[in-house]
Amino acid sequence: MDIQFILYKIILIVAILLLSLMVAMYSTLAERKVAGFFQDRLGPNRAGIFGLLQPVADGLKLFMKEEFMPANADKVLYIMGPSLTMLVALLSSAVIPWGGTLIIAGREFALQVADVNIGVLYVFAVVSIGVYGIMIGGWASNNKYALMGSVRAASQMISYELAMSMSIVTIVMTTGSLSLNEIVTQQQGMHWNVFTQPIGFVVFLICAFAETNRAPFDLPECDSELIGGYHTEYSSMKLGFYLFSEYINMFISSAMIASLYFGGYDFPFMHDMGLSHNMVTLMGTAALFLKITFFGFLFMWIRWTLPRFRYDQLMRFGWKGLMPWAIANMVLTGFFYMLFKK
Amino acid sequence: MSSLSLFLTVFLTGIVLVVAGLGIAILLAPKSFNLQKGEPYECGIITHGTSWMQFKAGYYLYAILYLMFDVETIFLFPWATIVRDLGYQGLYSILFFIVILGLGLAYAWKKNVLKWD
Repeated sequence: MDIQFILYKIILIVAILLLSLMVAMYSTLAERKVAGFFQDRLGPNRAGIFGLLQPVADGLKLFMKEEFMPANADKVLYIMGPSLTMLVALLSSAVIPWGGTLIIAGREFALQVADVNIGVLYVFAVVSIGVYGIMIGGWASNNKYALMGSVRAASQMISYELAMSMSIVTIVMTTGSLSLNEIVTQQQGMHWNVFTQPIGFVVFLICAFAETNRAPFDLPECDSELIGGYHTEYSSMKLGFYLFSEYINMFISSAMIASLYFGGYDFPFMHDMGLSHNMVTLMGTAALFLKITFFGFLFMWIRWTLPRFRYDQLMRFGWKGLMPWAIANMVLTGFFYMLFKK
Repeated sequence: MSSLSLFLTVFLTGIVLVVAGLGIAILLAPKSFNLQKGEPYECGIITHGTSWMQFKAGYYLYAILYLMFDVETIFLFPWATIVRDLGYQGLYSILFFIVILGLGLAYAWKKNVLKWD
């Protein structure tokens, strides 16, 4: 393999990981600004213009806080929990196609780290490991609230993962591939999956909320019952890892929703405007980030609009509400496909 | 570059970022010792009994159900990738499988396993 290609890939990997961190940092500001907007107040506006330096100040504050460990905690697992959560949140960005290809000096470079033919399964595998991070952290804290929070989180995440994977199966049925790049390519020209898979999209969207532990599914950390849930005993950067990984997961989920159902980097009249190849790619990436921003806003919008579920409601909704819909959607898609596409 | 080495690079970069985060925090953070600080954070009173306590058996039932369904969903993925080539025969055979899956859910539903109380 040539050095040019390897160098490009390494730059791409580092850039994407740093970008995820930056997006996570500024999502915290966006979250508070959106909250301010919904509650008719300003939100943070003291640090820098429009509060743009607020995430930097918050990050510094997290670094400067005392590294604290409860006396009875399991020392190794206590550190491993947040580190694992953060690591898997960063890993899931590897298979998402962030754009088409760039042609630099006559060579084609893909804006995707690894185009593997099991991309969707990879994301699922990595997301499932995220449960361990929360479970380990909550258990190792040696705190009743943390344990309750982590058990709730694990139970909730595995319950909603089922309906989520079943809604993905229907996407795989219509595209015939597990590669995310292939799924995005097939949607080009506004053949977005959301038009053919509306039920699957709704199921996937709801499950994405549950998987990221966002309101109205934020039971694992509901502060009125469990103090802080699984991160009650955490401080400093270890707490920061849990908070950051939530925002990174939100970012990755939005990117997944955009790629699976909204054509990824596809935008209207993509190949009909007579633009150069690189220009189309850059505009495609911009379109993808526009979609991600929209879904990020949707995440926040719903957080400040809907009240939190009760635990029995959450379980009833996941198993008795979403599961039958997901299974029915799968069967229906199979029959529709046989009837109309053959 | 094979995809395995790419994933390894992502993995290592991730580890570097995580370790850097932890390391910088250890370097910058102030330290102080207080016996009371090490106690579990609860309402202010000393914790009663051990914190690694028993929890509701309902969680266990959901975990078992999840295991069942997750293994079965994995079987659906290979079928879904080639459903176009299989035609009606493939659809009916997987339908049989999905009916069994649905029966499992219906059985758990009937047995009130899905009811949280």
